[in-house]
Amino acid sequence: MSVTDLGMPAFPAAAARATRDTRLRANLRHATHTIRDKRARAVGELADWAELRAAGRAIKDRTLRHLDHYLERLEEAVTAAGGRVHWAADAAEANRIVTRLVRATGEREVVKVKSMATQEIGLNEALAEAGISAYETDLAELIVQLGKDRPSHILVPAIHRNRSEIRDIFRSEMGDWGRPAPEGLTDRPGDLAEAARLHLREKFLRAKVGISGANFMVAETGTLVVVESEGNGRMCLTLPETLISVVGIEKVVPTWQDLEVFLQLLPRSSTAERMNPYTSMWTGTTDGDGPRTFHLVLLDNGRTDTLADTVGRQALRCIRCSACLNVCPVYERAGGHAYGSAYPGPIGAILTPQLRGTASELDASLPYASSLCGACYEVCPVAIDIPEVLVHLRERVVEGGRVTRRGVRTVIRPAKGHAAERAAMRAAAFAFDRPGVLRAGQRLAARTRRLHPRRLPGPGRAWTDTRDLPPVEAESFRDWWQRTRGGERGSGQEGAK
Amino acid sequence: MSSRDVVLARVRRALADVPRAAGPEEAPVPRDYLRAHGDESAADTVRLLAENLADYRAVVHDIHAAGLPALLAHLLGERGSRSVVVPAGLPAEWLAKCDVEVVPDAPERTPGELDAIDSVVTGCAVAIAETGTIVLDAGPDQGRRRITLVPDHHICVVRVPEQVVASVPQALERLSPRRPLTWISGPSATSDIELDRVEGVHGPRTLEVVLMTP
Ligand code: SF4
Repeated sequence: MSVTDLGMPAFPAAAARATRDTRLRANLRHATHTIRDKRARAVGELADWAELRAAGRAIKDRTLRHLDHYLERLEEAVTAAGGRVHWAADAAEANRIVTRLVRATGEREVVKVKSMATQEIGLNEALAEAGISAYETDLAELIVQLGKDRPSHILVPAIHRNRSEIRDIFRSEMGDWGRPAPEGLTDRPGDLAEAARLHLREKFLRAKVGISGANFMVAETGTLVVVESEGNGRMCLTLPETLISVVGIEKVVPTWQDLEVFLQLLPRSSTAERMNPYTSMWTGTTDGDGPRTFHLVLLDNGRTDTLADTVGRQALRCIRCSACLNVCPVYERAGGHAYGSAYPGPIGAILTPQLRGTASELDASLPYASSLCGACYEVCPVAIDIPEVLVHLRERVVEGGRVTRRGVRTVIRPAKGHAAERAAMRAAAFAFDRPGVLRAGQRLAARTRRLHPRRLPGPGRAWTDTRDLPPVEAESFRDWWQRTRGGERGSGQEGAK
Repeated sequence: MSSRDVVLARVRRALADVPRAAGPEEAPVPRDYLRAHGDESAADTVRLLAENLADYRAVVHDIHAAGLPALLAHLLGERGSRSVVVPAGLPAEWLAKCDVEVVPDAPERTPGELDAIDSVVTGCAVAIAETGTIVLDAGPDQGRRRITLVPDHHICVVRVPEQVVASVPQALERLSPRRPLTWISGPSATSDIELDRVEGVHGPRTLEVVLMTP
């Protein structure tokens, strides 16, 4: 189903490795704290942030509750504007469609602008198998690709690499892919950016096929929107003759006017800017300007399964801003790779187990990769109650229950005694054996409480209580934890250190 | 069953709990956010635009229309530009004083040819003060999207005050989704290396915005 599915250690083992890596931790800490503070300032500039957030949430909810309607509108509008729309039920189908479309052009190379959807489906690997080279053009993605690595942050995928590592990667690898790094390349960020500019420019100028994702698709008009900083997006969207955009079905918004909300929420939440340097919007094709052929591949790959879960579906509101990563005490320590998918951090902890199911050890452990502190909910520009979904998914792992998998309703068995449960318990141990993580959680919990006094009924209660009641109760949660972990201690500790 | 039908059927099954007979209106969308932040005069809005442009490292110039040809000649000369690409509908008098090769854009011009050109001069569709953004809509004085992308130096002329709006909502009201749009806020940038902001990766590394009053 996805390239990262196999052979990935469960969250706690991967997180423990990352926690031991002091350089990674220092990079992550510096990065997340820098963005966090800047974001707070950028958001503080807008007196109506709460209203924008409420509108963003409501627009996405309306879209999701009538998704079939908006997808049909979108298809009509894109087609009327000269685009072609394809539907992919899963990753394999999306990869097949894109491979076929690239083959039909006769080209063997494509340029790509960063897209989490194509990373989710493992498109680069699928293209490589078909003998097609896909060049990542986002600076961070380039660093990741040249370093034969995986991204670790939504917005700054190479956040785990520092400047001298980047220089070394450029020096040793660029020549194998195209124009080599300039002689005597230093590790000044400006010089590194220049090296990337030169290396990629030759690729842009000869590219015949571009592949992108999209941040938004407007159902009413058929317009796609790509938000970026570097200009590689503009290159991929306008220079090639053929453009193929692979976009999750949840990225649709109803109207043109709705963009006025998201174009205010996204840049400030994500890069903490009033506006990102470049935003491209296109509707089908335009004579003489940009690609002559435009294909839109609409991707399900677990999204409709997520939609079927009335608690979990709110994860589909996500606009991939990464604000939740930057405030997450567990992410800060564990790093992005521990989450084992394209989606790291709190959003990954609720999205991946829903998109892929919780059959694997890793995916079953993800809902536990949190101290439930609530900071992610507080910064989320579309008000996704991540702790609520985490609790819901934990219940599902532990108690089993009704889920939808590949469109089919089914009942999963409780994970008790199962490898998945042990992995989950170790993940919880990772968060709760670290007093710093938990303290940070408790401090923030006090603020979240005010915003979100709701509790879950039934068995979820034990978990929500820890979030909603004063610290003394959180303490008792830790007691609960000590008690229930019981016999897992031996192996769990090993994984968590 | 086609994949289209499969996906749409899954969506419909997934939404069994939603009362959908009444259509999307059943889910209300509150829009009590502001149309603009602050209640500024036209002059203040232009001042805010200039501030925010400069904050994101665009170089800002103020000029009366009569002085524009001389200013453009100065800016291109100062930079040492030898060639400048211009969209078909750019007023010819704007570059009347320039001593550089003026290359009119045409659909057959390849990316490689554009890469050999030093500068580009365009107008814009609208400018947004609160965010320091200029928006191009491929109109006659802006041209194809690629001409403001490949050359390393972009001079954009904003007609003040009529092209300036305060906010993102006001800008979207003026723009047509049927045109390809490029929103530009400062020169291209990246923070991918240890989060240090570096200006200029792939787009023009120098963005100059000329605020032109009648
Ligand atoms: S869950 Fe919210 S905060 Fe996290 S990336 Fe998505 S939109 Fe941003």
